[in-house]
Amino acid sequence: MTDSRKNRAKVGISITVNGQPQTVRAYPMERLLDVLRHELQLTGTKEGCGEGECGSCSVLMDGILVNSCLVPILQAEGSSVVTIEGLAGGETLHVLQEAFLECGGAQCGICTPGMILAAVHLLNEKPEPTPEEIREGLSGNLCRCTGYSQIVEAVAESARRRTTA
Amino acid sequence: MSSNSVVGKSVPRKEGRDKVTGRSQYVDDMVLPNMLFGATVRSQIPRGRIKTITFASGIAWDEFVIVSAKDIPGKNCIALIGDDQPCLASESVNHPEEPILLLAHPDRHLLPSAVEAVSIEYDPLPAIFTIEESERRSEIVWGEDNIFKTYLIEKGDVDGVWENADHIVEGEYTTGAQEQLYIENNGMIAAFDAVEGITVWGSLQCPYYIHKALMTLCDLPAEQVRVVQMETGGAFGGKEEYPSMIAAHAALLAIKSGKPVKIIYDRMEDMAATTKRHPSRTRHRTAVSKDGKILGGEIDFTIDGGAYLTLSPVVLSRGAIHAGGPYYWPSVRIRAKAVATNTPPHGAFRGFGAPQSLFAMERHMDRIARAVGLSPVEIRRRNFLQPGQTTTTEQVVREPIDLGKLLDRALDVSDYHSKKQRFANENHVVKTRKGMGIATFLHGAGFTGSGERYLNSVVGVEGCPDGSVRVLVSSTEFGQGTKTVLSQIAAEALSLPYDNVSMAQPDTLEVPNSGPTVASRTVMVVGKLVQSAALGIRQTLISSNLISEGYTADEFRSACQQYVDKHGAFRSWSRYEAPSDIFWDDEKYRGEAYAAFAWAVYIAEVTVDLTTYSVSVDDFVALQEVGKVLHPLLARGQIIGGVVQAIGFSLYEKVMWQNGRMQNSQMTNYIMPTSSDLPPIRVFFEELGNVYGAYGAKGIGELPMDGPAPAIVNAVENALGIPFDSVPLLPEDILEALSEDGLASAAQDSVTSTGEVR
Repeated sequence: MTDSRKNRAKVGISITVNGQPQTVRAYPMERLLDVLRHELQLTGTKEGCGEGECGSCSVLMDGILVNSCLVPILQAEGSSVVTIEGLAGGETLHVLQEAFLECGGAQCGICTPGMILAAVHLLNEKPEPTPEEIREGLSGNLCRCTGYSQIVEAVAESARRRTTA
Repeated sequence: MSSNSVVGKSVPRKEGRDKVTGRSQYVDDMVLPNMLFGATVRSQIPRGRIKTITFASGIAWDEFVIVSAKDIPGKNCIALIGDDQPCLASESVNHPEEPILLLAHPDRHLLPSAVEAVSIEYDPLPAIFTIEESERRSEIVWGEDNIFKTYLIEKGDVDGVWENADHIVEGEYTTGAQEQLYIENNGMIAAFDAVEGITVWGSLQCPYYIHKALMTLCDLPAEQVRVVQMETGGAFGGKEEYPSMIAAHAALLAIKSGKPVKIIYDRMEDMAATTKRHPSRTRHRTAVSKDGKILGGEIDFTIDGGAYLTLSPVVLSRGAIHAGGPYYWPSVRIRAKAVATNTPPHGAFRGFGAPQSLFAMERHMDRIARAVGLSPVEIRRRNFLQPGQTTTTEQVVREPIDLGKLLDRALDVSDYHSKKQRFANENHVVKTRKGMGIATFLHGAGFTGSGERYLNSVVGVEGCPDGSVRVLVSSTEFGQGTKTVLSQIAAEALSLPYDNVSMAQPDTLEVPNSGPTVASRTVMVVGKLVQSAALGIRQTLISSNLISEGYTADEFRSACQQYVDKHGAFRSWSRYEAPSDIFWDDEKYRGEAYAAFAWAVYIAEVTVDLTTYSVSVDDFVALQEVGKVLHPLLARGQIIGGVVQAIGFSLYEKVMWQNGRMQNSQMTNYIMPTSSDLPPIRVFFEELGNVYGAYGAKGIGELPMDGPAPAIVNAVENALGIPFDSVPLLPEDILEALSEDGLASAAQDSVTSTGEVR
């Protein structure tokens, strides 16, 4: 948020968010996180640390899990971003959202959107992960409430449901 | 309870759907028209007098709203227990990060450079940073003697026990500061209106603490202060008292600017400026018989409160009362003391003094075991409190607790004995050392002593015009499940489905003061009031002949609608009444400290890697008796979350201080456990039944914070044969100890034995 950045002109950025093409005007170095939250009012993506440690701001960018606090909006130009708001189909929850609810994977809820997107990415990469692989795969997302066990169980349960569905 | 019971079932979390879809509204998600953003200019030094404040050129200062102590309409303090902590420092500062000035601007991007451009010149004064420096009193930084509070608990004739002791065991134990590290940083929005007064929305635990603080600060009557809790992204005690400070700052900026003002801390500011767990030092001197019975002892418990009083007296109280653990002391003298230093004030954090004093007690039990020549299991078994015996405050144990039975089950499920034997055989041939450690402990539920009487909590249950039921409490949800469990209790009392009950948003305009959401009191104390208020609704409808016993949910709904149509608002209130058989003496610190205790046995299995000196927890058994478990899924989640937070306290989380300032105020260098650092935590509940709380439930939230640190360090001692008496226990500490002592010889310890057989 330096003055130099502020003084630089805003540019037009085209991105697809949750399947919707969007054009926003933003400073080139503005964080994807801020554009999502402030320009597009998608406040489900949360800021926990602002330095890429906690993973609360995780979103999928062209299928890759990124910390949106570390992505300058210019880098997101032309990409397709999925946030927590893009997972449920209307009132029908995504299998991971259902499982987080049933298994106690969400307590205070602040890490939950990022954690669920990290789990979406994990299950895309490894449809049938072991508990160890889940723990490793989610280790970039910090949760202070749950101690992780019920999150790991929720992801394992989702994997089971997807493979038996 | 019938098979239709709501209580005891893992019903869906009330606000769960909003949380997993990202729809929940946290304070930073809220935007008001014409809102400004606020920032805080803080002290750069630990102690000194403020000489001059200058605003550097190059900033359009006329665009900023600037607030100093001179702008405070009422009293310049954050009213809590004492009024010593200023809202904004005016003449002097007493800790780094102390707030001095506030800035607000419509563009949040301009605030950091503006904060940087304010330079403050000080006359520095000497500062003190440790318990020992504070005790030396070379500098008096608070009051007349640097002492915030002392307590003395005395039972029996301690002075008479030493000459008959077979063993006198001494030890000193310390614990470090710990950051709560909720993932949602602190934040608050304030708006001011000349008629309605001040309204704040924020991330917080205790709406009525903020209400009181704002009345004092702004000199406003109760009806002109409104506090609303937004969805709160974790708290752990860290949003008990400091939110009053942030609300005060946002309110002052809103009053001066006439616009709504949002203050959201970033991670570094939150970690550096807000409260942490009190660092502690505990000294034990214990007289023990040759068969391992505690005869009596002296416990000296001291905590570092930081620069202002805040909640230190109550943290100290809980720590002191828990200092004797779940053991029978025929005689004991506990001296407790909270001292002042020039660090930011330490504050509430899950466990609230008990994790500190219980770490000492449980490490000391292993030391006593070694001195006597008994196992850690046996020394505990011989000293467990039994029903009918009295605690250190001479509270008679009335619960039918059988700690020996809990211990047996924990030993069994952890496979303690065979693993311990196996590790002892294998440890000398491998590059890793494994060990097993135990902690047995208790945690009192609710406010201490006469605390609940003073709180005088009120709870409401409302029959709504649509025939549904709404619970009115100031008790807040921040992940623990307040909304879910209180709804279950109301539904149970009214024989209604869970979905027919909702929770009012905690808003001081809407809800009565049911007390702060702290001290493991919500389910046991507030829950019982919800139960009784709900029964009031039920009885009113029955006595009005609108329904009769055995009614259906539909009959209730229509009866409730009819009642509201006829009488208008339909609300039932319930106020706390102290049980008649509870006695507490605030002067002598004697009597019924808590209406109920939760009891636990935790067992840790660890590996110490002799190449990296790191400790990993391989298995963790958490067995507890918490009365009736009202929601098994949430209860298990509370225990696992607490255990993991306590593993962080034990092995990872070290606050690095320099001149009273936290140096590692980032998630990059303050390390909390990740999912890959942990074993599955195995949770077991015993239910012995407790008549006191709602449907027999006791407190649960803080308990799991108490046991893991001593269990883990006891396991490390078992693995290495070297005692460690401090947490956090980092690889460098283990390296240092191993270099000093070598692996072969067990370390010196301070056990002295009279060696005489009497």
